[in-house]
Amino acid sequence: MSVFRDSDNLHAYLTGFLWILRLTGVSAVIALVIGVLLAAMRVSPIPVLRWFGAGWVNVFRNTPLTLIIFFCYFALYATLGVTLSDDLNLNNYWLGVVGLSAYTAAFVCEAIRSGVNTVPAGQAEAARAIGLTFAQTLRIVVLPQAGRAVIAPLGSILIALCKNSTIVGTIGLLESSNQMKQLINDNGNAVIAIFIVFAGTFAAVLVPTGYLFGWLANRLAVKR
Amino acid sequence: MSIVLYDYPGPRARRRNAILTVVFGLALVGLLWWIYRKFDEKGQLAGILWKPFTESATWTDFILPGLRQTLLAAATGMVLSLAFGLVFSAGRLSEHWWVRVPSGVVVEFFRAVPLLLMIFFIFYGVPFLTHRPMPAFWSVVIGLTLYNGSVLAEAFRAGIRAVPIGQSEAAYAIGLRKNQLMRYILIPQAARSMLPVIVSQLVVLLKDTALGYIVALPELLQQGVNVLSANKGNVVAAAIVVAAIYILINSTLTWFAGWLDRWTQRRGLRPGRVAGAPRPGPAAVLEPQG
Amino acid sequence: MRITRLVAVAAATVLALGVAACGGDGNDGGGGQGGATGVVGKAQSQKKLKIGVKADQPGLGLQTGSTYEGFDIEIAKIIAKGLGVDPASIEFVTTVSANREPFIQQGTVDLVVATYTINDERKQKVSFAGPYFVAGQDLLVPVNSDITGPESLDGKKVCSVSGSTPAKRIQTEHPKAHLQQFDAYSKCVTALAGGQVDAVTTDDIILAGYASQPQYAGKFKVVGKPFSTEPYGIGLKKDDKSGCEKINEILKASAGDGSYKAAWDNTLGKSGTPAPTLDASKLTNCG
Repeated sequence: MSVFRDSDNLHAYLTGFLWILRLTGVSAVIALVIGVLLAAMRVSPIPVLRWFGAGWVNVFRNTPLTLIIFFCYFALYATLGVTLSDDLNLNNYWLGVVGLSAYTAAFVCEAIRSGVNTVPAGQAEAARAIGLTFAQTLRIVVLPQAGRAVIAPLGSILIALCKNSTIVGTIGLLESSNQMKQLINDNGNAVIAIFIVFAGTFAAVLVPTGYLFGWLANRLAVKR
Repeated sequence: MSIVLYDYPGPRARRRNAILTVVFGLALVGLLWWIYRKFDEKGQLAGILWKPFTESATWTDFILPGLRQTLLAAATGMVLSLAFGLVFSAGRLSEHWWVRVPSGVVVEFFRAVPLLLMIFFIFYGVPFLTHRPMPAFWSVVIGLTLYNGSVLAEAFRAGIRAVPIGQSEAAYAIGLRKNQLMRYILIPQAARSMLPVIVSQLVVLLKDTALGYIVALPELLQQGVNVLSANKGNVVAAAIVVAAIYILINSTLTWFAGWLDRWTQRRGLRPGRVAGAPRPGPAAVLEPQG
Repeated sequence: MRITRLVAVAAATVLALGVAACGGDGNDGGGGQGGATGVVGKAQSQKKLKIGVKADQPGLGLQTGSTYEGFDIEIAKIIAKGLGVDPASIEFVTTVSANREPFIQQGTVDLVVATYTINDERKQKVSFAGPYFVAGQDLLVPVNSDITGPESLDGKKVCSVSGSTPAKRIQTEHPKAHLQQFDAYSKCVTALAGGQVDAVTTDDIILAGYASQPQYAGKFKVVGKPFSTEPYGIGLKKDDKSGCEKINEILKASAGDGSYKAAWDNTLGKSGTPAPTLDASKLTNCG
């Protein structure tokens, strides 16, 4: 552990994790919003929206995240000219957020869709019977129940998102995996210690999160 | 279920739907047109960048060897993950706490550590201990095994617990022991419903082989994008082609998983719902790592 | 009894994993350790060598399909011939900047000829023979750029490979420049072509290799004011004195009999730059 007595190394370790947390937090919120929209699109009466949703899910679920982040930089930023910040690091950070959100939204959409399928048909029929429109049915009746049913899968998607944010390092952001790489290359003898600290931090954050979501799922499950 | 969400469209709804279709359709076409224009401006549609893909040498020298490595790593990883998953799910279901707790710790730990860090550590850390080289291929495969094995262990555990409890009760009633219960009653029933999950994890495995870039494994992404573009300078074009290949393979696998799901249901091989039992929950494992 | 079966399955799996992991590296017995006899002994006894090279640097070490081409490759072939190994029996292994030392230390390769700069930090882990070429860190910029050297990099975006020496030098000596890091130079050059970065930095000879590719013809120029000296050496296992001395001998001979010049002319020399002369007096003393 003496590797981390050096304040530069400690600083590198902390900066790396700060980036991971920022990426995870912002991407989680955006992915949730986009995911709900996509799920709504996929069950909507308009065919174009259904195809768009299905297309999005198929593309993003079947492509490695590494390639998606790559495209964020080279297609979105380089070719299409979408600049999200003037600072190099912040720009890479926001490009990473875009990639992570788009990728995770596909999984959120599928999770919510399967949750919608667990809501008994009678609920939607009753909603129609009292005259609610499609949007109202979703918003007031179906999605709240579906949401409560899919808390556990959403939890595992969030955990996977946190781990996936390490992949944003491919476009140069100095997050945990890049920092660990650099620390190991410079301090080859402390490989084990460095890995244990980095992996241990992830485990210390993500394992309790998993249990929290399991508990939440039980608490909030719709009792039928 | 989705058809229940909205009434059969009457004339007003049909008109509204048509308007929305046209508006959204136009917006989509406009977006695609803008993307095409921008790509053209930056010269990404120039023939010289795309021509290598019409030459067979590009495919036989870069893309196909890379694809072979990817498929090999995924297949090896899948076989080993299955073994790992079986062992550790049995461990977690054991009645002896000294088997259950360590298995639980191992599975939870490997599900929480990012795969990228694990692959990198195996590649540099294990040789540090054993003073023997660790090939990139095995670093990736072992990392994949540890992670996917843990996910499969959880899936198997969930699958076994999803078998109606009446089966276990009947087995104990006729005098079967725990071991025999697992072997003859639970695992066969759980296994068939686990097939779709296993195939979808194969999709995850295929995508995760792309993480081999951190140890320069010559798989599809490394060969097809990095090395090919070092030769021909067509980074974006190569990435698009490689992405298309991934999407093609993974969509096929996902479709196959869905077909398996329906097949096991049709054949009645899945445990049915006993009256009064809770409705089956949403898809069990959605672990979008990598 | 039930536990025994479970334990047996677990043990079998672990054993299978272990055997696969240990056997899967295709190592050739004792030669992989390389300790006592060194690379000279290994070459003579097994008549083959594993040499680590770059796969994505045009002109120096580029994987073109199933073969590797470049100046480094030619030098590797000269050395192999000098050690008594037929160039056709060389197994070239792709290396990236970060794994050159681990590969040598762990015996994955016997030699590394991969634009491998000699510096004191690396000398603690591996030994170097040579240098066979002296490059210098430089900048690749668009032809109409106003960047004239590292001092004009403040506030500009510079691209390099993560963890490489040029990247670290920019971080420490020019902190006001914005450093963009990728895992491959080809991505840096693409970013330069697209205007996302203002310069790419690494050794001048590598930059020249990229600039002379047909798809970038006429777009880039190397600034031409190297701000460091990068002597390229042959990496081999630490304290392999006999190997180091033999390789230096081979390099000296190649300077004399024209094979060094031929190696240059067939690869980087095609752009018109004349072959450098190998300065035999600067070869390391292998101490």
